[in-house]
Amino acid sequence: MEHQAPPFFKTGPTPLARLLIFSALSAALLVADARFSFLIPLRQVAAAIVYPLQRIAAAPASIVQRIGDFFATHSSLREENARLAQENFSSTARLQQLNALAAENAQLRALIAARERLEVKALAAEVLYTARDPFSRKVIIDKGLRDDVKAGQAVVDDRGVVGQVTRIYPWHSEVTLITDKGQLVPVQNLRNGLRAVLAGTGNDGALELRFVPLNADFQNEDALVTSGIDGIYPPGLPVARVTHVERNAAQLFARITCTPVAGVASHTQLLVVTESRELPPRPADEPRQPRARKPRKG
Amino acid sequence: MADIRAAPHEILLPVKAGFIVVTLVAALFANLLPWSGWLLWLKPDFVALIVLYWCIEEPRRIGFIAAWLLGLFMDVADGALFGQHALSYTILAYAGIVLHRRVRMFSGTPQVLHVILLLLLNDLIVLAIRAAAGADFPGFQYFIGSFVAGALWPLLGTLLRLPQRPRPDPYHAG
Repeated sequence: MEHQAPPFFKTGPTPLARLLIFSALSAALLVADARFSFLIPLRQVAAAIVYPLQRIAAAPASIVQRIGDFFATHSSLREENARLAQENFSSTARLQQLNALAAENAQLRALIAARERLEVKALAAEVLYTARDPFSRKVIIDKGLRDDVKAGQAVVDDRGVVGQVTRIYPWHSEVTLITDKGQLVPVQNLRNGLRAVLAGTGNDGALELRFVPLNADFQNEDALVTSGIDGIYPPGLPVARVTHVERNAAQLFARITCTPVAGVASHTQLLVVTESRELPPRPADEPRQPRARKPRKG
Repeated sequence: MADIRAAPHEILLPVKAGFIVVTLVAALFANLLPWSGWLLWLKPDFVALIVLYWCIEEPRRIGFIAAWLLGLFMDVADGALFGQHALSYTILAYAGIVLHRRVRMFSGTPQVLHVILLLLLNDLIVLAIRAAAGADFPGFQYFIGSFVAGALWPLLGTLLRLPQRPRPDPYHAG
């Protein structure tokens, strides 16, 4: 039942030609996105178009959550209140100690003329949704360019490091979790100060320490905190706990598996942390010098 | 082109362009809902499903431009590589348009099998692109969504054909 008679002579390019045109366009986009970064404006435009739809789609879940909050029972509220009061009490005591320690630390640092550790600024953000991409571990948060979020900032929850802001859009931004494959965090063993690089494996709840020599002193239950030498993550944030150490003499490096401390896959409230240390400028790369010729023997 | 398969006794009205747009936006919306956990694995790719449906039912009305743009939007929403869904939806649309007569010849289970194969092809393209970009194989549960989509296909066909049913003629006697 064709109501409009199909035009006999003018039908445009054939499906195969169209397929080739659009495939070529997509392939160009893929290469451009994977290798270069000049697609950012295009991404921003597309993101701005999709954003309202995303917000509406995320709304039912948050409405359900709010209704649940509204109907929280009296007893559970009292329980929570008591627990929070208890926590507040114990943390106040520790905070007082901490204040004294901070003052002492500042004095000692002044004595040895070391640079003072600056305050870390934090911005609260809410997780809009988890990216529906089975290949990567990412979440979308509701703070973006408008709130002065910058790519590269660390994202933490109440227990430790969750990830890093990797893409920013006008109203929201994308956080790559530390469990994403290839996501690296420079860490330090809290027990003995050993530095290492922690890498995500792509599985929830599994991280591994890379390039650690066989004889390095890492044990189960060692706490790993950010070392801060990268200039991106503020130093001293808890990241992970060592769960398994395997030393096999047949391999160059030890296999050390860790689990993240933060609820990497299960949080809704996050903090975007701004590192405001003044770092010395990065040393320029030395030009490669042609290898000197070996002096001939004889 | 008469739809001889679904309801041979019925002559359907032409599809309104607005209705196609509404279903496509609804599919994008369904994909953007906050799916998580095992629901995420079960979730069919609604956009792929609807694009395939319209490419088979109305190959002259919808085609590559819509599929490509929806793919771009999906890529942005997922934070995926720019162009992976665009490419896979384009190839899906091509397969739908080229095979639409063949798929419409079948009804019931054989048609669903055709659809599942086409959607698996869509999954495989995305998988190939991600593998080329250095991702690991996410496990066979990755393909479950296409089978769920195949199971939804008959229901989808019935639903999307409803607005095209002619209204009963009030002056018609009897």
